[in-house]
Amino acid sequence: MTRTPRRKVIWALATSLAVLLAGCSSGDDSSSGGNASPEALDAALDKGGTITYWSWTPSGKEQSAAFEKEYPNVNVEFVNVGTGEDHYTALQNAIKAGRGGPDVTQIEYRALPQFALQESLVDLTGYGFENLEDDYTASTWESVHVGDGIYGLPQDSGPMALFYNKEVFTQYGIAVPKTWDDYVAAAQKLHAADPTKYIASDAGDPGFTTSLIWQAGGRPFKTEGDRDVTVNLQDEGTKKWTAVWNKLVEGKLVTNITGWTDEWYRALGDGTIATVTAGAWMPGILMESVQAASGKWAVAPLPTYDGGEPVTAEHGGSTQSVLKQSDNPDLAAAFVRWLNNDQASLDVFLESGGFPATTADLESSEFRDFSSPYFGGQKINEVLTTAATQVSSGWEYLPYQLYAETIFYDTAGQAYVNNTDLDAGLRAWQDTLVEYGNQQGFSVNQG
Amino acid sequence: MARKAAHGGLMAGKSKVLTAVASLYLVYTLVPLVWLVINATKSQAALFDSPGLWFGGSFALFANIAETFTYDDGIFLRWLGNTLLYVVAGAGGATLLATAAGYGLAKYRFAGRRAVFAVILGAIAIPGTALAVPTFLMFSAMGLTNTPWAVITPSLVSPFGLYLIWVYAADAVPDELIESARIDGAGEIRIFFSVALRLLVPGIVTVALFAVVSTWNNYFLPLIMINEPRWYPLTVGLNQWSGQGRGAGAEPIYHLVITGSLLTIIPLVAAFLLLQRFWQSGLSAGSVKQ
Repeated sequence: MTRTPRRKVIWALATSLAVLLAGCSSGDDSSSGGNASPEALDAALDKGGTITYWSWTPSGKEQSAAFEKEYPNVNVEFVNVGTGEDHYTALQNAIKAGRGGPDVTQIEYRALPQFALQESLVDLTGYGFENLEDDYTASTWESVHVGDGIYGLPQDSGPMALFYNKEVFTQYGIAVPKTWDDYVAAAQKLHAADPTKYIASDAGDPGFTTSLIWQAGGRPFKTEGDRDVTVNLQDEGTKKWTAVWNKLVEGKLVTNITGWTDEWYRALGDGTIATVTAGAWMPGILMESVQAASGKWAVAPLPTYDGGEPVTAEHGGSTQSVLKQSDNPDLAAAFVRWLNNDQASLDVFLESGGFPATTADLESSEFRDFSSPYFGGQKINEVLTTAATQVSSGWEYLPYQLYAETIFYDTAGQAYVNNTDLDAGLRAWQDTLVEYGNQQGFSVNQG
Repeated sequence: MARKAAHGGLMAGKSKVLTAVASLYLVYTLVPLVWLVINATKSQAALFDSPGLWFGGSFALFANIAETFTYDDGIFLRWLGNTLLYVVAGAGGATLLATAAGYGLAKYRFAGRRAVFAVILGAIAIPGTALAVPTFLMFSAMGLTNTPWAVITPSLVSPFGLYLIWVYAADAVPDELIESARIDGAGEIRIFFSVALRLLVPGIVTVALFAVVSTWNNYFLPLIMINEPRWYPLTVGLNQWSGQGRGAGAEPIYHLVITGSLLTIIPLVAAFLLLQRFWQSGLSAGSVKQ
C-alpha cells in the first residue's frame, strides 16, 4: 500500500514498456474458451499438466501443495514475484511481452478492471462460475465482475471496521465514535489532551481514500463498455467524506506517518496512533506485527454519517484470475475453482489467518465466536462478519487504477503534506486522471 | 602546536572547517552502518518497541542469521549463490574484456580508433538505468528474460573500465617494452599475457573492484529482467522480503531484511579491504615514474 516515488518510476517504466511492447507483441489474444464448460474443468484435472501460479498470499505455497496432493497429475509451480506493485509490474511486462506470464495470478480487486479490460484475462463465465454466486459475499462477488464477465473467484474480503486502542480511549475518557462527527470530536479531545497522540495516521493513501469515499456513497469512477470512462471526484458522496476528513487534515488532527513503515508499526504499538480504519485483515497485522500492544486493541463498526443503519466499504482483497496467455486455461480455471471454492483449500487459507469471502465460512459459528486474546477476548469476527454484509454496492475502480494511484501523491497527496483542502487536491487528481485516460485511448468524461 | 612543519616538506596543517566537514561526512557515512549492525541484533518485535540507534530486547543476532538462511527453504542462500554467479561471470568477464580491449586500443594503431573512442566516451555518459528498458525489449525478443544470461550479458560491458585501462595502459606499458619483446620473438598474445598484464595489475584491480561493486549492488537490471525468485540476486530478493510487510495479509520480516542486508554487505567490505592494497600501491607506483 505504501507507494514511494521509486515505485512510481518503476511503474512509469513498466507502462512505457507496455506501450513499446504493444507494438512488437505477437498479439496472441485468440486463445480462451470456445469450448469452455464445467465438464472441461474436470477433464483437465484428470488429464493433468503443469501450471504456474503467481501470488503473494501467505498461504499460497501451502495451498498449491495441497492441490497437488489431491490431484497428483497436476503440477503447480507457485511463484511469488513480489507484493502489490512489484507483482503488477512483472505481470504487465509478461502480458505485453506475450510470454513468460503465469497461468493463474493473484490480482487485487482494485486492479482487476485494468487487466480485464485490456483483455489479458479469461472470462470464466463459460466454466459455470456464474453458478457460484451464493458462495460469496455480495460485495466480493461484485468485485470479480467487470462488465458482464467473471474474471476470477474471490479469495478474501476486507470489509472496513474501526480498530481502536481501548487503553488510550479509556485513559482520555473517549467514547467509541458512532458517527464521523463523533470521530472528529474524539480526535480533537485526544490531541488536545496529549499533543503527541493522534486519532489516526493518514499520509495520503489512495486505497484508503477511495474506500472511505466508497463508504460515504461516492461513486467517482464509472466505466461503460471498455472505453467510456467517467471520473467525478466532486460527487455528493465524495464531498461528504472530504467535509469530515478536511477537519482532520486541515486541523492537523491526524499524523502523517506512512503506512507499513517501521515507524507506523511502532506508532500502532505505543499508542501514538489511537485508531486504524481498515479492512477485516487488520487483526492479522496487529497480532503478527504489533505485539507490543497485545490486549489493548478493540474493534467497532465503522462510524457512519448519520448514526443510522451501519454501512461500510471494502478495503483491499484479492481474486485469482486466469491469463489469456495460458496454454492450459481449462486446467488453470479448475485450479482457481479449487483454490477459492474447495473447503480443503479454504481451510488452509483460514488457518493462515486470512479473512474469507465465502459466506459459509463467515457464518460458521466457529469463525464468528472466535475470541481473540490479542483483542482482550473480544469476539472480533462478530463485528467483522457483520460488516461483510453491510458493504455499500455499486463501486467501481478505474481501468487504469494502478497508475492512478501512483499519481495520487503528486496531486491529492499534497493536501495531506500541506494540510490544505482535500477537495482541491482531489480535483487536481481528477484533472490528471482525465488527461492520462484520454492519452491512453479512453474517452474520459468529467461527471 | 607546530602548524608549520619542517621547511620544504608538506605541512601537517589542520583546518578546523575541513575537519568539521570531514567529521560530519564520517558521521553521515557511518550512522546507517551502525544502525544496521545494531538492528540486526533485534527480533522482529523488538525492532518496533526499542530505540532505533540503541540495542533493545534480547540479543537475537545469531537467531536472526540462522533464520535468514533457513527462511522459505533457504532461499537466501540461493540468492547469495546467484549474486556470486553474476559477480564472478559478469564482473570477471567485464574486467577481462575491458583489459583486453583497453590495452588493444592504447597500443595498436588502426583505422576507426577515434570512432571507437567517441563511442566509448558516449557510452560512459549514458546511465545504465536508461538502457535497461531497451535491453529488456531486446532480451525479451530473444527469449532470454528470466535466465541468468539476462543479468550477466549486460554486465559484461563496462565502457568506464575499458576507458580506465586504456588510459592506464598508455602510460603503464611502455611502447619500448613491447618493441623489445617483439624483437625477442614474442607473439602479440604472449606479450599481452606475459608482459602487459603484469604491468596493468593495479589498473585491473581498480576496474575489477568497480565492476564487482556495481554487479553486487545491481538492482534495477535484475528487477526488470527476472521474475522468478530462484534467479534473484540478493538485492532484489531482499526488496521482495521487505515488500512482504505491506498490505492485506502482510507478513513483515524486517528483522530478516536487516540481517540479510548486513550479511550482503560483508563480502563487499571484505573485497575492499583485501583489494585496496593493490589499488593504493598501484596508484602511487605510477605517480613518480618519469
